[in-house]
Formats: sequence, structure tokens, C-alpha cells
Amino acid sequence: MAVPEKGVKLLDSWISPFGQRCRIALAEKEVEYEYNEEDLSKKSDLLLKSNPVHKKIPVIIHDGKSICESLIIVEYIDEVFPGKTNILPSDPYARSHARFWADFVDKKVYDSGSKLLKSKGKELEEANKELIGIFKTLETELGEKKYFGDDAFGLVDIAFAPFTSWFYTFEAFGGFSVEEECPKLAAWGKRIKERESVAKSLHEPSKVYDLFSEIRKKFVDA
Amino acid sequence: MAKEDEVKLIGVWRSPFVARAMIALNLKGVEYEYLPDDLFNKSELLLKFNPVYKLVPVLIHGDKPVCESRIIVEYIDEVWASSGRPSILPADPYDRAIARFWAAYVDDKLAPHCRVLVWSNDEKSIAEAKEQLLAAVLQLEEAFVKCSKGKSFFGGDTINFVDIALGSFPSWMKAFEIIMGINFLDKTKTPRLVEWAECFRSVVAAKEVLPEAEKLVEYRKFAMAARRVTVADAATK
Repeated sequence: MAVPEKGVKLLDSWISPFGQRCRIALAEKEVEYEYNEEDLSKKSDLLLKSNPVHKKIPVIIHDGKSICESLIIVEYIDEVFPGKTNILPSDPYARSHARFWADFVDKKVYDSGSKLLKSKGKELEEANKELIGIFKTLETELGEKKYFGDDAFGLVDIAFAPFTSWFYTFEAFGGFSVEEECPKLAAWGKRIKERESVAKSLHEPSKVYDLFSEIRKKFVDA
Repeated sequence: MAKEDEVKLIGVWRSPFVARAMIALNLKGVEYEYLPDDLFNKSELLLKFNPVYKLVPVLIHGDKPVCESRIIVEYIDEVWASSGRPSILPADPYDRAIARFWAAYVDDKLAPHCRVLVWSNDEKSIAEAKEQLLAAVLQLEEAFVKCSKGKSFFGGDTINFVDIALGSFPSWMKAFEIIMGINFLDKTKTPRLVEWAECFRSVVAAKEVLPEAEKLVEYRKFAMAARRVTVADAATK
């Protein structure tokens, strides 16, 4: 029987906010890993073998065992690698609260954001309204806290952080300003970039904008 | 019981998501007050404790609400960890990740299609939902073989997070079988899941919770009629 390869591998795609969550978590825990950039139009055998059910990134492979779904991966990383910080708090109620809001980001932000990026006219207006509503709900939850996890940077911060690079794109396509609509959220977005784990995992907003402008030109405006 | 220890659960009898919370509470031997709600006329309590989604189940522990069924089950497992009852989530982090994966799979790939089969009267949507539901069940059969390692449950000898997540969906599938004549849990295609469903029905924590398929068939008739009256969002989560 083959001995499973030791270490951590991350199968990912540069633009994926879900992949970025894993990168942030691994960086928070100072875990060394091998990064594999996947071509999603031509998925590798390793990806298909490691995530046969969904065939999606991100996947982490730890000592030969694969774990899928970004928030599940982040919780796994938190449990397996002690590091200097905890991603989830120890109190069960606080944990359930963090999971709820991370799940809210999962359920709402990507779908609503994608709608905005792909639509025009009336549909775009509606998608815009919906996304701003979601951001406002998140801002209410954040309140006056430094992070969603209060003093501790945690699961919800990691879940939402990658989308801050998309703010500029949402604003440009939707015709709104995150700073104006959700000043506390905008401030949080700037604050988290002071963390090394976030700074090195996130993209320049212009890079995200360039990608989606191209896609929009080809598929939406054509 | 001190007020801060009181446990309440807002729910509806037919919801597979509410069932999860009930089974978990029963498994841990937790006494709780069940507060049935009317999703066509949601209570103040529900709206107060789940303002984001306004859905059931909602667990209220003392005065603190916990929402979203899988999150509720994990909370129950963590709070009543030392009750002398079995753990719902496995101890090993990798096994835990796998259990969470399959529980999430039930929510992403099985539940939405069940919802369509309950609420929709559009032929195309129903046909699509049937196909997707069959595919999901086949996938879960494969998962069961791997997870159970020859034993009766996803958790082996005792029920775990995945068993609870899948919990009362077989009751709904039995209801769909009666209504539509399609065997979603089929002895030839999904023999292990058929056996699992039988075993699960006899688990003490689940016995009283799982609804009878005939009652669900009646409910669907009511849902179809109600849908003609209102398009209010009465889905459970």
C-alpha cells in the first residue's frame, strides 16, 4: 500500500474567494503548504480524485486525505493546527453565532454578487439593491466591533474577507459606494488588510475588476 | 430549572430541519419545551429570535437563540458534551470534516429538490427535481457504504451528524412515492439506505420525531391548495 504523502496541499484557483478563505486560515496558523493552481476548464486528475462529488476547488489534501468545502476546510485547519490564534472561539454559543454569520456570507454574498456581475438593466438594479441589503445586514452584525469575532479575527472575518477585493467591482458595475452605504463595513475591510494573512491572500481590486470586465464584455454586453 | 438553562424549540412537525434539532436534543436527554409555529402566520417569538431568515427551527437556550439546523445540532453536541450520551460529531478532525461534508450535501443536493416536490406545480421543475433527487440518493448510498464501514449507521454503531441530517427525509421520500409513484429509496438501487432508514426509524431519539408518510401526503395536498391562495414564503429550513 502506498504511503500517503505528508504535508498540506491546496488545490485552488487564484480568483476564488472560497480558496482565499483557506489561504487566509493557513496563513493565520502559519502552516506551510503547496499551492496548486487549477485550470477549471481542464480539471486535474488530482482534483477529480480528491473531490469526486463536487469536482470543485478549494480542496486541501493533508497527509493524503482530502477535505472539501471552504468553511469545512477552515474549521478543520483550526482544529488540526494550533497556531497562535483560534479561528473559532471556545464558547459553544459564540461558536454557533460565528457559524451562523459565516453561513450567511456563504448563502448570500456570492450568489447575489454574481447576479450583479452578470446582469444589466432592471435585473442589475434589483441585484444591486439586494447586495446592498446583504451588506447592511452584515454591517449591523459587525456594529462597533473591531472584527466580526469581536477582538479576535475569526471565522466570519475569514468568510467575508475575500469579497472585500470585489467591492470595487460591485461598485463600478452597480453604481454605488460601499463607503457611503456601509461605512463601518468599509472600515472593517481596510482594517483586516493590516493582517498579514489577509494582505498576502487578497488580490488588488483592480485585478478583480479587470477579470470581470472582460467576462462582462464577452457575455453580458455582447 | 434555572431560567438560563431552559431550552425551547420553535418548529413545525413536518420539517426535516426541525426534526434534526429534536433528535439531537432527545439523544442528549435534554428536556425542552416545543413551541409549534404557524409558518403562514409566523409568531412574534419566531420573528424576534430569527429576524434574518424568519425560519424554523430556532433553539432558544435561556434567552439566546441558535438558528440553522446543522448549527443547532453542533451547538447541542457541544453544550451537552458531558451528558454521558454518545457524541454527535466524531472526535477526529478529519472524520468531523467528512461528517460535515455529507450533512452539507444533504442540504445542498437533496433538500432543495424535496422542497420543489412539495411546493411546485410546474411540470418541468418537478421532472428536474425528481432526476436530481434520484442522483443525490445514489450518491448518498455510496457515501453510506464508505462511512458506515459495514455497520448500521453513517456513524457506525450509533447515529451521528449525517444520520441526523438525513433523518426524516426518507419520510418525505415515502410520501413522494405515494403521491408520484416513484421509489426514491429503492431496494435494488439503494439497498443500504433502505436498511438504514428502517434502522433509523427504531432509534429511540428519532422514533417519536419522524412523521408518518401518510400525514405528509395530507400536508402536501394542503400545501398545494394553500399555494393557490397565497405565494407567501412558508418554506422551512
